[in-house]
Amino acid sequence: MTEIFGVPIQALFGQLVLGLVNGCFYAMLSLGLAIIFGMLNIINFAHGAFYMIGAVFTWFVLDTWNISWWWSLLLAPLAVGIFGIVVERLLLKRLYKVDPLYGLLLTFGLALVIEGLFLHKHGSSGLPYGIPEVFQGALNLGFMFLPKYRAIVVGATLAVCFATWFVIERTQLGAYLRAGTENPPLVQAFGINVPVMITLTYAIGVGLAGLAGVLAAPTLQVSPLMGSNLIIVVFAVVVIGGMGSILGSIVTGLGLGLIEGLTKVFYSQASNTVVFMIMVLVLLVRPAGLFGREK
Amino acid sequence: MKAKLMGAVAGLMLSVVATGGFAQAKSGKISGGVVKIGVLDDMSGLYSDIGGQGDVTAAQMAVDEFGGKVLGAPIQVVSADHQNKPDVGANKAREWFDGDVDIIVGTVNSGVALAVSKVANEKHRLFIDSGAGSTRLTNEDCSPYTIHYEYDTYATGTTTAKPIIAQGGKTWFFLTADYAFGKSLQSDTSKFVEAAGGKVLGSVLHPLNASDFSSFLLQAQSSGAQVIGLANAGGDTINSVKAASEFGITKKQKLAALLIFDTDVHSLGLSAAQGLYAATGFYWDHDDDSRKWSRAFGAKMGGKMPTMVQAGTYSSTLQYLKAIQAAGTDDPDAVMKKLKEMTLNDATVKNGKIRPDGRMVHEFYLYQVKTPSESKGPWDLYKLVTTVPPDQAFQPLSQSRCPLIKK
Repeated sequence: MTEIFGVPIQALFGQLVLGLVNGCFYAMLSLGLAIIFGMLNIINFAHGAFYMIGAVFTWFVLDTWNISWWWSLLLAPLAVGIFGIVVERLLLKRLYKVDPLYGLLLTFGLALVIEGLFLHKHGSSGLPYGIPEVFQGALNLGFMFLPKYRAIVVGATLAVCFATWFVIERTQLGAYLRAGTENPPLVQAFGINVPVMITLTYAIGVGLAGLAGVLAAPTLQVSPLMGSNLIIVVFAVVVIGGMGSILGSIVTGLGLGLIEGLTKVFYSQASNTVVFMIMVLVLLVRPAGLFGREK
Repeated sequence: MKAKLMGAVAGLMLSVVATGGFAQAKSGKISGGVVKIGVLDDMSGLYSDIGGQGDVTAAQMAVDEFGGKVLGAPIQVVSADHQNKPDVGANKAREWFDGDVDIIVGTVNSGVALAVSKVANEKHRLFIDSGAGSTRLTNEDCSPYTIHYEYDTYATGTTTAKPIIAQGGKTWFFLTADYAFGKSLQSDTSKFVEAAGGKVLGSVLHPLNASDFSSFLLQAQSSGAQVIGLANAGGDTINSVKAASEFGITKKQKLAALLIFDTDVHSLGLSAAQGLYAATGFYWDHDDDSRKWSRAFGAKMGGKMPTMVQAGTYSSTLQYLKAIQAAGTDDPDAVMKKLKEMTLNDATVKNGKIRPDGRMVHEFYLYQVKTPSESKGPWDLYKLVTTVPPDQAFQPLSQSRCPLIKK
């Protein structure tokens, strides 16, 4: 068998595929963050908490009303989005005129409160959630057995990421959104309701986090702390990709997933830190991030 | 900017943790006129279900059994969050011992426990740990003021490995959490595997809280080992077992969770966890005594059944109070001497003895996780496989690396 640095090439392919799956979660979460930062100039530290709410919601509706994973796919992002609207209308909208630091503090505090409440209600050890029956079993890729469910995750994420990018960069609505963030008074003068658009942007951003939560529920431990474990990496992804860059966050998310996957093979202890080492390097060479523009 | 923020946040968290009061009264036998028990634990992090608030409840139950008084002096329970950070834990321990806290109990997380044990030794106060796993507490880092209660990585690792080796699982690969506890669990178990004629083919160290384990499991799979030993705990174990069942790894290889708590199994669900062995010093449904105590605990904890850590915190607090009564004083040296003479028996511990190295040895149990059809309720998780006598469950004194043991 062919080997690269003592690792069989088949095993390497397997790890790359798994890295891609994890990269999809990074991409979907950092995409939401990028949209919110790009449009609202808010560094949404509560993103991990929204992701967690998506997953716990998925468990809750199954446990209480026997509502299947399929419905959660629709309901959880909706519920999380509505919660996002409440947060934006009640709290965030008061902070647009001040330093982004305050938005960061507020959302960070919010994340701690939400996690604390869920921890109090559900404990730290997590809630059981199985894989939907349709997706049980695995695909034989020749070099590895890929569980069907993970393949679905990759497909769904890529579709959602592409759709989001398309809406913002290629449609009329996206053009309004981008214009509304550049120069709100002018766009308002054309008769477009900018505050509503901003609220919806936030709802969509956190809705994406909720959707990632639904996708994660069957494979990861559904627990109040699942978001905080992931959020720091996702922030690093956003910084590397360039704050606010939509394409940047998608590409970086997938790329870092792959690099992390490789690190797990060659020096697993560093798999949590490799992302941050790359972040340092990128910031040294390109302070605005790989896809960011200097302002 | 972020660093400044984080600093402010950390400061806030520190100031939130509970602080002990100050007692002025003097009494001859009881220092400070009050016996104060400090539960230092992970109150909000990943191990908070294993210890956490349940440990505080368990300690309080022991105090209530004594009617809240020993030798005429009141008993108080105080608690604080160590946030799984050894420095936070050590600072809190120092603050407590410099005040009037007599003993620290609970304390999940081996890193924190080792730090607290050093402070206890320095301050000549007692530390009875029932939450940490690392055998270093009674070996390299043993102390005359530390008792390691309930379980350790040797006991759970070897008790789990024994039946698997007997069934022909000779080659092993470890998934190991990259800190004191995981390494201790791996080394204790591999020594045992090798001594039993097995072979360790390799291991992979994973970071604490690594959410995706499929990559590590694939490495374990390609090693071709018959058994995959999970030298991790809590959420890491849960995510490992979940991914192993998803990737169909359990069809060809056997999974050995070297430390798994009933809360983990409860969270995994029986369909993912069925068939796993679970070595434990306590399971709520063991006998009438344990059932009675556990139901009382559950009534205070919203129906949750206690883990062995929480049972250990109850038992260690109770036995500590008994030792004060027997010694007629709360002087740490006198109480420790008494504790090491006593035979420990209560609702959760049978025939416990505390050895000179600080290791508390007692009956240990090997359970197996029930299948969904065998289970009759949400906490009906285990069936008993075998009871292991104390001298077989724990590391023999002859192998001890504790400097207090003269050979």
